[in-house]
Amino acid sequence: MSATDPRLILLSPDDNVLVLRARLRAGEAVAIEGRQVVLGADLGLGHKLARRAIGAGEKILKYGAPIGRATTAIAPGEHVHVHNVASDYTPTHTLDAARRRHGEDPS
Amino acid sequence: MTEPAPMRGFPRSDGRKGIRNVVAVAYLVECAHHVAREIARPYEDRDVHVIGFPGCYPNDYAARMMAALCTHPNVGAVLLVSLGCESFDKYSLAHAVRETGRPVETVVIQAAGGTRASVAAGRAFVDRVLPQLEAAPTVPMAVSELVVGTVCGGSDGTSGITGNPAAGRAFDRLIREGAACIFEETGELIGCEHIMAARALTPALGREIEAAVAKAAAYYATLGYGSFAAGNADGGLTTIEEKSMGAYAKSGAAPIAGLLKPGDRPPRGGLYLLDVVPDGEVRFGFPNINDNAEIAELIACGAHAVLFVTGRGSVVGSAVSPVVKICANPETWRRMADDMDVDAGRILEGAATLDAVGDEIRDLVVSLGRGRRTRSEALGHREFILTYKSFDPIGPACLPAA
Repeated sequence: MSATDPRLILLSPDDNVLVLRARLRAGEAVAIEGRQVVLGADLGLGHKLARRAIGAGEKILKYGAPIGRATTAIAPGEHVHVHNVASDYTPTHTLDAARRRHGEDPS
Repeated sequence: MTEPAPMRGFPRSDGRKGIRNVVAVAYLVECAHHVAREIARPYEDRDVHVIGFPGCYPNDYAARMMAALCTHPNVGAVLLVSLGCESFDKYSLAHAVRETGRPVETVVIQAAGGTRASVAAGRAFVDRVLPQLEAAPTVPMAVSELVVGTVCGGSDGTSGITGNPAAGRAFDRLIREGAACIFEETGELIGCEHIMAARALTPALGREIEAAVAKAAAYYATLGYGSFAAGNADGGLTTIEEKSMGAYAKSGAAPIAGLLKPGDRPPRGGLYLLDVVPDGEVRFGFPNINDNAEIAELIACGAHAVLFVTGRGSVVGSAVSPVVKICANPETWRRMADDMDVDAGRILEGAATLDAVGDEIRDLVVSLGRGRRTRSEALGHREFILTYKSFDPIGPACLPAA
C-alpha cells in the first residue's frame, strides 16, 4: 500500500473510508494511498474520506462493517457523510437544513 | 480466597456493598418534585440526591425502577415525597425499603399542610439520618463485588476509535477481576446483532440478543428516528449503523454472559447486555429520551458507577451512582477538561495506547471506592429522569449461567 497521510486512519483492511484524526482545512492536500487529494471544505476530526472510488448503492465499510450505502458515486478523497450516504435502518436527522435557513456556519 | 480489598464499602442487608451512602429524596409524581428539590437544597454539598417519577398513573416498570434505586447499595436512607392523590404505590415502596433495614419516611404534602410544612418535615428526616450515614462504618470491598455500567452520549467520529474501545479494555480487566459489567442501548447496537450473538455464552442467549436488537430496530423505525442526534452527524457520524459499531466497542472482548432488562441484577461477574427497549407495541414514545434515562437504568441494575464516553462533550452526572466521564475527542478535552475524568483523545494523537487508558479507567473506578469523587460529582451533577415503559420479564435463556 502506498503512502497515506498520517492524519488519516484506516480502521480495518477492507474499509473503503479513512477517518480523520486531526482537523483538516479546505485547500489542504492529503495523500491517500499515494494519490494527492485537495480538500474542498474544512473537516473536523472523526469525519471520513473515501479511500477509493465508491459506486452509487455500494456499501460503506468502516471497522470492517457496513455502516450504510452510497446514495451517489463518491470519488477517491471525497468527504463521505450524510450528503452521499444513507442508513440501511433509519434515516439520519441533522440540523443542516435549519442552519442553512438561518445562515449559521455548518462546520 | 484471600483477595486483596482495595475498596471500602457500606454493607447492606442483602449482602451487597455501596461505595456511597446517599439519602435518596424520591418524589412520586411531578407535583411533588419542587418540594423534594427544596428538601434537598441545603445539602447540595453532601450526598442527598433527588430521584423520582413524574407520572400520575401507575406503571410497573417505574415502580420496579424506583424500588431498585431506593434499595441500591449506594443508598443508605430514603425519603418519599408524595402529593397524596397520585397513583404511585408508596406503601409498597416504603415497605420494600423498610425490609432492607434502611431508614425510610414518607412525607405526604396534602396531609402535612402544604409546601412549607412538607419541606420542614423532610429536612427534619434528612438532618436525622444524614449524620448517621456520613459516620457509618465501612467494610473491605473487593473489585469482584463491583457492578459497573457503561453508556456513551454526545458521540462523534472519535468515540468509536478512542473512548469506547478504552472503556471496553477497562471492562475486560474488571471482568477478569470478577466484576459484573453492563453495556446497553440496544437501539445503538443496530447492525451489531450477529457479532454480539456470536459472543453469547449459549446459542439460545445469542438468539435472545438478536431478537432484542430486532425489537429495537422495529421500535425506532415506527418512531421514524434512530437513536441518533443532530450533533452526532456534526461530529462525523453518518448513520445509526456507524454509531452502533462505535458504541459496541464499549463492550470489550469478554463473552456475553446474559441479557438484562432495567432493574434485573447480574447474578455474578461477567459481561451483560441491558435491553432498554420496551416490549410489545410502541406505546410511550422513545425508549430513552436522553442519556440520563439509560444511566438510571444501569444504576437500577445495581451499577455502583457508570462509565460515560463522550466525543462532543456531555457534562452530565447522576443521582445515586458516580458517573466517570471519558472524553474521546482531544479538541473537546481541551475545551471541557474541567468536566472530564479521563482523556482518551490522547490515543488519537498517539500519546497513549488503548490498554494504558483502559487501565487508567479501571484504576479510577476502583479509586471511587476509596473516596475519590468524579468531576460530575464535584460539580454537583445529579441528573435523573424516569419515564413510562413496559417490559415483559426476561426469559430463561437470558441468564444461562445463573
